[in-house]
Amino acid sequence: MTAATLSAADLTTGRGSLAQFLNDVWVLTKRSIARIRREPETLSEVTIQPVMFVLMFAYVFGGAIAIPGGGNYHEYLIGGMLGMGLAQTAPGTAVAVVSDMSTGLIDRFRSLPMSRAAVLTARTIADLLTQVIGAAVVAGVGLAIGWRVHTGPGDVIEAFALALLFGYAFTWAGVCLGMVLRSPEAAQQTGFIIFLPLTFISSAFVPTQGMPGWLQPIAEWNPMSSLAAACRQLFGNPNPAALVDAWPAQHAELAVICWSLGMLAVFAPLAVHLYRNKGR
Amino acid sequence: MSETPAIEAEGLVKHYGKTKALDGLDLTVGQRTVYGLLGPNGAGKTTAVRILATLLRPDGGRARVDGHDVVAEAAVVRRTIGLTGQYAALDEYLTGRSNLVMVGRLSRLTTRAATRRADELLERFGLAEAATRAVKTYSGGMRRRLDLAASLIGHPSVLFLDEPTTGLDPSARALMWDIVRELVADGTTLLLTTQYLDEADQLADRIAVIDGGKVIAEGTPTALKASVGGQRVLLTLAEASDIAIAVKALQPFAAGSIIPNVGNRLLEVPVIATDGLATEVLRALDAAGVRVSDIAVRSASLDDVFLTLTGHAAEAADEDDDKAELAEEAAV
Repeated sequence: MTAATLSAADLTTGRGSLAQFLNDVWVLTKRSIARIRREPETLSEVTIQPVMFVLMFAYVFGGAIAIPGGGNYHEYLIGGMLGMGLAQTAPGTAVAVVSDMSTGLIDRFRSLPMSRAAVLTARTIADLLTQVIGAAVVAGVGLAIGWRVHTGPGDVIEAFALALLFGYAFTWAGVCLGMVLRSPEAAQQTGFIIFLPLTFISSAFVPTQGMPGWLQPIAEWNPMSSLAAACRQLFGNPNPAALVDAWPAQHAELAVICWSLGMLAVFAPLAVHLYRNKGR
Repeated sequence: MSETPAIEAEGLVKHYGKTKALDGLDLTVGQRTVYGLLGPNGAGKTTAVRILATLLRPDGGRARVDGHDVVAEAAVVRRTIGLTGQYAALDEYLTGRSNLVMVGRLSRLTTRAATRRADELLERFGLAEAATRAVKTYSGGMRRRLDLAASLIGHPSVLFLDEPTTGLDPSARALMWDIVRELVADGTTLLLTTQYLDEADQLADRIAVIDGGKVIAEGTPTALKASVGGQRVLLTLAEASDIAIAVKALQPFAAGSIIPNVGNRLLEVPVIATDGLATEVLRALDAAGVRVSDIAVRSASLDDVFLTLTGHAAEAADEDDDKAELAEEAAV
């Protein structure tokens, strides 16, 4: 065998565990990005779908939706669409995780002297990058249909940062879903069942004021509503939630941060735990 | 003599629900040797490999690789081992080269060392031309070779190969065998599982036969084959009434019990192959006045080994599935 023996200079074992973790995350994130480059259609979730939704709501349903307190529905729509566009990448994350788990590749990773948490962290970072693309697409199509920002750049940056934090928290929920389900089809279905009501029983597309009384508290406490309200506030767009007397409606930004950090605190450790013990 | 064995397992037990995949498995594999785990589907081979490769936690017993416990010192063990499973553990969308570099980087090699080693392995395994193509365009044999290359990139001293040739055509299998022999020459300790006796025979220094999650026979291929009869002589007699006489006449050649089939005038004799054996068998039968219509000599199969060692045919662990299948077949 031509095996040239290894010298110490060929190994990274001398580095600290944080450096190794970052190395592993970087190597695996590059893997996911290479996949996107080879199959750009995997991005349709954050490119074509949001465009379809925006156009459908702006031109089909929008005309029938009255906004309490007045305002342009096209401007109202984009704050809600951001949340939906980012959170709905979570089923895609679940599908990718299930697919990885069902091939031998994860067994190989688990037999290597690499960081246990790196595989999942890399997955979520790659998905965060696709969410950045998704946010840009929503903003782009929004501008095209007449959505405008009426505040300063600081507010806009804050709105997008909140949306991405929110989306990142959902990605970890998607990872957990992928760890407990057995097939990509099951992940797709379950994701749909969870995210469809989560998106629509909220103020993302319609104000909660028009919902039946028993449904209103559910919609008001839905994290999707908080994100939509926070974004509308920060963009200076019509925000009927400001008229709702519920804590998350009145403190939308804080509610988004609480929801996101809470989900991260639950789902990230849970995902790593599930990964460590998968099939053991 | 006190060299630490490359692999040691004592009384490994693993349950999957009610199924006992391992039922007190013991193994000792010496440094720089090739050890074959031979058994049918469901015998516990893969479970054993997964425990030794730190992927599974045993429910009972203990195992060490290069002296390190696979549970308590899993992280240390992972620096020592390479694993090639039954299904190619590769990223379909990456090129062959990117796959190897990725695994190399995750095996604690620097980018430079990983790249150098990847190119070296691609060249050696005849994949240099396909190196820049996505793995999903590879044939089954190419995937297996790339997969093996990936498990070698971190210079493991102990390599696990789980059924490395299952599903490969004969030429791809021969190529895998050549590669395995090279590895051995290089001093790597190899634990390979297989369903094929000839594969274990060709490659392994020692073989353990596994059934029902434990080792039922262990030894060198020669000794093992001798114990069950390495070959089978199949005879078709002219007269069914001669069977009893023939069995008696063949007793000196038999390395196990002779299996008669009166209805078909058939005799199956386990033997140890020697030059001129068939001639001697025919002479002995002729001397006993038995006329032979047909004679054939074939190698003992895994089924033969099992039949001889366990008294039952090699069968998959999913007995319920098999029974269901049989019932279905019967119903048709």
